[in-house]
Amino acid sequence: MNNELGAPLLEMQHISKDYFGNEVLSDINFSLRRGEILGLVGENGAGKSTLMKILFGMDEIHQTGGYGGSIFIEGDEVRFTSPIDALASGIGMVHQEFSLLPDSTATENILLNREPLKHTLASELFGERLNTLNRESMEKIAQGAIDKLGVPLDGKMLVSEMPVGHKQFTEIARELSKEATTEMEEGLRLLVLDEPTAVLSEQEAESLLKAMRTLSSEGIAIIFISHRLQEIIDVCDTIMVMRDGRIIKTVPSEGVNVTDIAHWMVGREVNAAKRNTRTFNYEDSKVVLSIRNLWVDMPGETVRNVNLDVHDGEILGIGGMAGQGKLGIPNGVMGLFPAGGQIVFQGEELPLNQPRSLLNAGVAFVSEDRRGVGLLLDESLEWNITFTAMQIQDKFLKRYLNGLVSWRDQKAIEEETMKYVKQLEIRCVSTRQNARELSGGNQQKVCLAKAFAVTPKLLFVSEPTRGIDIGAKSLVLDALRRYNQESGTTIVMISSELEELRSVCDRIAIVNDGKVFGILPATSDSAKFGLMMVGQEVQEV
Amino acid sequence: MNAALMLTKIRQMVRSFGLPRIIIALFLFSLFILAPFFNVNVATSLSDTLNRFGMNAVLVLAMVPMIHSGCGLNFGLPLGIISGLLGATISLQVDVAGPASFWLAILFATPFALILGWGYGQLLNRVKGGEMMIATYVGFSSVAFMCIMWLLLPFNNPKMVWGFAGSGLRTTISTEGYYLHVLNDFLKIRIGNHFIFPTGMILFFTVLAFAMWAFLHTKTGTAMTAVGSNPVFARASGIDVDRIRTLSVVLSTWLGAIGILVYQQSFGFIQLYMGPFYMALPAVSAILIGGASVNKASILNVIIGTFLFQGILTMTPSVMNAMIQTDMSEVIRIVASNGMILYALTRKTEAAR
Amino acid sequence: MRELSTKQKILRFMANNTVPLLFVVIIAFGVPLSGYSPTYLAGEVISRISRNTFLIVSLLIPILAGMGLNFGMTLGAMAGQIGLIFTTDWGIVGIPGILLAMIVSTPLSILLGWWCGKILNMAKGREMVTSYIIGFFMNGIYQLVVLYGMGPLIKIISPNLLLPRGYGIRNTVNLIGIRKSLDNFLMIRIGGVPIPVGTFLVIALLSVFILWFKKTKLGQDMRAVGQDMEVARAAGIRVEYTRIMSIIISTVLAGYGMIIYLHNIGTLNTYNSHMQIGMFSVAALLVGGATVASAKIRNVFLGVVLFHLMFIVSPMAGKRLIGQAQLGEYFRVFVSYGVITTSLVLYEVRKKRERGMSGLALAQDQEVTS
Repeated sequence: MNNELGAPLLEMQHISKDYFGNEVLSDINFSLRRGEILGLVGENGAGKSTLMKILFGMDEIHQTGGYGGSIFIEGDEVRFTSPIDALASGIGMVHQEFSLLPDSTATENILLNREPLKHTLASELFGERLNTLNRESMEKIAQGAIDKLGVPLDGKMLVSEMPVGHKQFTEIARELSKEATTEMEEGLRLLVLDEPTAVLSEQEAESLLKAMRTLSSEGIAIIFISHRLQEIIDVCDTIMVMRDGRIIKTVPSEGVNVTDIAHWMVGREVNAAKRNTRTFNYEDSKVVLSIRNLWVDMPGETVRNVNLDVHDGEILGIGGMAGQGKLGIPNGVMGLFPAGGQIVFQGEELPLNQPRSLLNAGVAFVSEDRRGVGLLLDESLEWNITFTAMQIQDKFLKRYLNGLVSWRDQKAIEEETMKYVKQLEIRCVSTRQNARELSGGNQQKVCLAKAFAVTPKLLFVSEPTRGIDIGAKSLVLDALRRYNQESGTTIVMISSELEELRSVCDRIAIVNDGKVFGILPATSDSAKFGLMMVGQEVQEV
Repeated sequence: MNAALMLTKIRQMVRSFGLPRIIIALFLFSLFILAPFFNVNVATSLSDTLNRFGMNAVLVLAMVPMIHSGCGLNFGLPLGIISGLLGATISLQVDVAGPASFWLAILFATPFALILGWGYGQLLNRVKGGEMMIATYVGFSSVAFMCIMWLLLPFNNPKMVWGFAGSGLRTTISTEGYYLHVLNDFLKIRIGNHFIFPTGMILFFTVLAFAMWAFLHTKTGTAMTAVGSNPVFARASGIDVDRIRTLSVVLSTWLGAIGILVYQQSFGFIQLYMGPFYMALPAVSAILIGGASVNKASILNVIIGTFLFQGILTMTPSVMNAMIQTDMSEVIRIVASNGMILYALTRKTEAAR
Repeated sequence: MRELSTKQKILRFMANNTVPLLFVVIIAFGVPLSGYSPTYLAGEVISRISRNTFLIVSLLIPILAGMGLNFGMTLGAMAGQIGLIFTTDWGIVGIPGILLAMIVSTPLSILLGWWCGKILNMAKGREMVTSYIIGFFMNGIYQLVVLYGMGPLIKIISPNLLLPRGYGIRNTVNLIGIRKSLDNFLMIRIGGVPIPVGTFLVIALLSVFILWFKKTKLGQDMRAVGQDMEVARAAGIRVEYTRIMSIIISTVLAGYGMIIYLHNIGTLNTYNSHMQIGMFSVAALLVGGATVASAKIRNVFLGVVLFHLMFIVSPMAGKRLIGQAQLGEYFRVFVSYGVITTSLVLYEVRKKRERGMSGLALAQDQEVTS
């Protein structure tokens, strides 16, 4: 490359970003040469996606007060105001979720809304959109992009009939084809791939990596975001590790091994959070819930063949990267998503796909989807807290006519609600207030209260602190810990935040690729958890 | 209190109540004010409005269970009406004169309402998200199917069948000698020359409305409201959503059957064939005018809505006619009622289910 | 993919074409029962094709854009009728009269279609029921204009058109001036069956237009919007605008279709003609094998033939079978509504079934591995 000595293709200097005072990125500096492949790794929430949003000038960034620092492209400072600007400078991105039309061909998808047109008479009268599509030219351009990628993709194939890998190639080919169909100055120069291999089979991933090398040799730089560390090492020139909104390490990939990266990813200062100090006696406690061969069809959180034993009275944590299936486990067990396999609770096998049977047996669930599953947004706090207990255990009801009529007992409902409003410090105007009007943290407390109201023997809590402020966070975690100690309720807590799990749980199971990868005591070294999260065996010493 | 604050308060109220509803309420109010100036007797008008209220209120009440369980507006009301018609015709066929025929009609209508409602509920459970369009066409198809049945079913009471053919039911059958005005005349109160309070009919509605209100306060009723408010929440709380929805559809259908019988005893005729065809739309718009939305409705909405809607129906022909010498009531009815339904269908919050 | 056996192929064909096959069966019984001669039936069917096809075609574009069956096509029908009222009033006869009525209807249709599209954009996910109510709502406005506005506000010259009271259009308007003028243009007879080549040419032209339109950028955008609004939006397609365009085109075509329909019938039922037309057009299209999600030109033609054949023979068949023509008439109404209901239900059920498939795959997967 002749600009080896000139300015780098992309340079970011002192990039910082905060959301209303909450700092998510600080002092990010890095640069990228033409044809360089940069591997970007970090836990969920480390700031990777925010960084990419800044690069692309997404609306979300402007609407929340912009960013600090500067971005240079080949030495010129740029400040993109929309992804279209970024595109015009030759930067393309392939997102994790496919953005494809199922009943259209690969070619149509590659050139979606950028189709070459044939001039028609009607367009003179009624505007451009009445020009007809130039199918020949479409096929030529699409084929050109596919060839550049060097993959066997059939342009005439419908997306709905494609294997998943081909869908990924279609997305990439779309970015590549942009140089031929838009007013880009000089074609695609930088491609961002966000977790492109997460959904691919090994073979498909292999051919994608090959395609990446091909693109790199043609001078296109790639930012490769992935949790599969071996792939990062295999394909990247440079590896950049982010944690808590900072760049922890930028190293050439040569000589680096997976364990190092995992260390950098999760290795925090030890005093970060209050550690759980109790040592749970596993030898004396029975298995209360045992899960065998569980599969769950939860979109984006598929679970495959999970086996897990939960001991009576413990707090078990389930962690793992987003999309690996940790959320699917409670949702599948509780019957909210189609599931199969076997679950035995207190020695009794319970049927799957029936929320009722689990609730009857004394298993409760606080969903990660507060607004969608957890709450009746348009009903009062009273209803939200007492509804499940009323329906399952006939609490808060008055009986008339020999039990023929079961009438809502308003007084009992109010009392119960008040009890939890006080106990969990739910901030509300009255117990009749609609759940929609509460803040996220208080909504979460309502969800907890709903679960406590059924006095469960086992409680699944999914992402209990997601999207709530720090004060509410510690209150929620304390409430869980206290509830476990006082009433002996077994708790299974699912969270993306490892530190949070380590501060509350006795043991932590890490889920990877839909399976339980391993279980370690919460006091284990955090690097071990980091390794398990990225699918690496831990060598016990 | 300063003016600006008042203004924002008023604006908030308008927003929460909905502009169309306020326009309709103000319109009716002004009609009542204007009536005396055009020599329209307010007492007669009120009496008429009250009578029409009693006739239609049960049909509007039939909207409540399905709205509560999240099945949307019951455009399939004709199915309930058909059950009522079957009850009515069988009761006349049995030929018991007097008030007993009314109670018999209810008795005969009930099994049809239960069976048809159950089937209708099962169907709606399979098409979640598209209930309203399918309900409309279920109503239409069932009316068309019953047209064939009215011709073929072996009724032979000479008061019901075509005289010349000796078979096949007439398009309208008088309820005279059977249950004409059984409710209207029960304990009716006459005040002055022009005002009659149809105590029996209002009482009958009150009993049903109270039963509905009470049902919504029971365990099952609570579950029904929760299913409509957030079906996923209800499922996660162990509720059999499909069963609750079916129950609500059966209730709606049964109330539709009772509603048409109440209507007939006051109206004086049983209207068969294409009669029930468009009967869902007035009931739907009435409850919406009363302040209900696609997934929230209360007994109060039923009462206010029926009163406003029927009030406009009685007042516009007389007052408007006297005012501009033109009967525009039909146009106003069409625009107001369908406009109200359109308004409800296009609300964002209600669409986010 | 593994090969399907012949039996499976037949079964799948039958499952995908339930409605048309059912109609073939009904007709197979109905035609002999009715006792009509083949020449008579052929003549009738040809006449119905020329009368109804244009209207049915107007439904295709919104289906392409994923907005389902456009029950709001009544709006176009109203615009067409207003066009006819004016040209009749102005006394313009023959083919020029038809053309002028179309020209008058166009701006009205565009306006109504734009408004309808706007409303439907506010009711995403329930376009069909909303468009159906829009039809009713607009009928009120139409009555306001035609029954009260025409005469005092909108000048009508001919007293023959007005009600005796001096304003408002009569319940029936005689379209004698333009009656069958397009049909009779280039009329030929084959074996005693009259064939209105002029109208057929117009229909052919329309079909070619639709096929061409699907190849344009706008057509492609509609296809994209119809498949996935969010993907289309991400690619920079103006989703709302595209959806409004599809409704406008549909409304304008429905207006033209209504003019052709009424010119064939020869009289305009001022306050009724437009109300029924939506239902019959939708039913015919569905009988032809179209669904809420996909419809093609061939569905239109097959539907028009099957549906109207049933419509023609059922009163006579009813009379021969039970002795009551009325029965057959009710039967055909029932079948029309039944067809629409069945299609709507099948559409929703299929949509749901597709969602349930991935779980099965997962379970199988696990069986193989474990």
